[in-house]
Amino acid sequence: MKELLSLFSTFAKVGVMTFGGGYAMLPILQREVVENKGWATEEELADYFAIGQCTPGVIAVNTATFIGRKQSGIAGGIAATLGIVFPSLVIISLLAGVITQFSELTWVKNAFAGIRVCVCVLIFNAVWKLGQKSVVDRWTAGIFAIVAAGAILTKISPVAFVLFAAVCGIVLQTLLKKGGVGQ
Amino acid sequence: MIYLRLFWEFFKTGLFAVGGGMATLPFLYDISDRTGWFTHSQLADMVAVSESTPGPIGVNMATYVGFLTGGQAGGMAAGVLGAAVATIGLVTPSIIVILMISAFLQRFRDNRYVNGAFYGLRPASTGMILAAGVLVVKAAFLPDGLSAFDWRLPVLAAVLLALTNLVKPTKKLHPIVFIFASAAVGILLELSQ
Repeated sequence: MKELLSLFSTFAKVGVMTFGGGYAMLPILQREVVENKGWATEEELADYFAIGQCTPGVIAVNTATFIGRKQSGIAGGIAATLGIVFPSLVIISLLAGVITQFSELTWVKNAFAGIRVCVCVLIFNAVWKLGQKSVVDRWTAGIFAIVAAGAILTKISPVAFVLFAAVCGIVLQTLLKKGGVGQ
Repeated sequence: MIYLRLFWEFFKTGLFAVGGGMATLPFLYDISDRTGWFTHSQLADMVAVSESTPGPIGVNMATYVGFLTGGQAGGMAAGVLGAAVATIGLVTPSIIVILMISAFLQRFRDNRYVNGAFYGLRPASTGMILAAGVLVVKAAFLPDGLSAFDWRLPVLAAVLLALTNLVKPTKKLHPIVFIFASAAVGILLELSQ
């Protein structure tokens, strides 16, 4: 029970601190879940985001479910998920009556002009950190470059990139292992 | 039973919207057309609001629509119940799918094909996050197009980059510290003007 509460409260904390959509959650997750709690590694975070891209639902929620499940089974997955949505539920319900005026307030607009710049920098730092664990040789560097360029320049579905990368990974690992045995 | 219908509509959205929060938008427009629970312009407002409140955008939208729809049936408490029902509807399919994938991965963790797949997936995932970051860059630095470029924004970004990576006493601070500091800077310098 204690662990479920800890999952709920940690993910509620992550939910409150996530400004600007699911990807803005990554730097917060790295700090709270990887560094402070040790519930997942950088590599696992990259795995969860990849799976979240091609499964139904909100990526932030999928990541919470994964980590909760790994930590304390099915109940853990549900506790973490409820945690991540809880702040939205409270904040939106409180603001609902005045919500459209809220986003028109001058100070709110000014604050978010600053926050958006900060979120860019934090996502850049998070990608850098993630890259050190996921781009480990020239093959993975190639996959990274192809997918990043493809996702920026084209409208191809993330599902296609995920399938492409998984197939490349299996083929490359099989060939690399064979090469190793041959030498 | 409005709550059952709310749950079902958002359950379908959660099941079919693949690729993150914004992927829920077309489904929400469809709900609006079929049920009349909320208007297109309320939905457009919500996109703006989601960007200025914490939390994942998909979840915020479900909560807001649930609150509006429940609230029409009878006041604040009904609104909160509607918000909870819609949100739980949205996340239920992904909980089920992720729990299944997670069980599968645990079982095949040492399978060399699964390992090979993740060897390729990790750099791809990093690349896709970088690509999503590029969209955020556009919204942050050019909110009103190229002609309204404000040089103070890249200066703020450079300062933040230095503080989070180079300056010893600040680089270990929690990310939320920088978010709040940037909000304060935004208000003081009137950055959206």
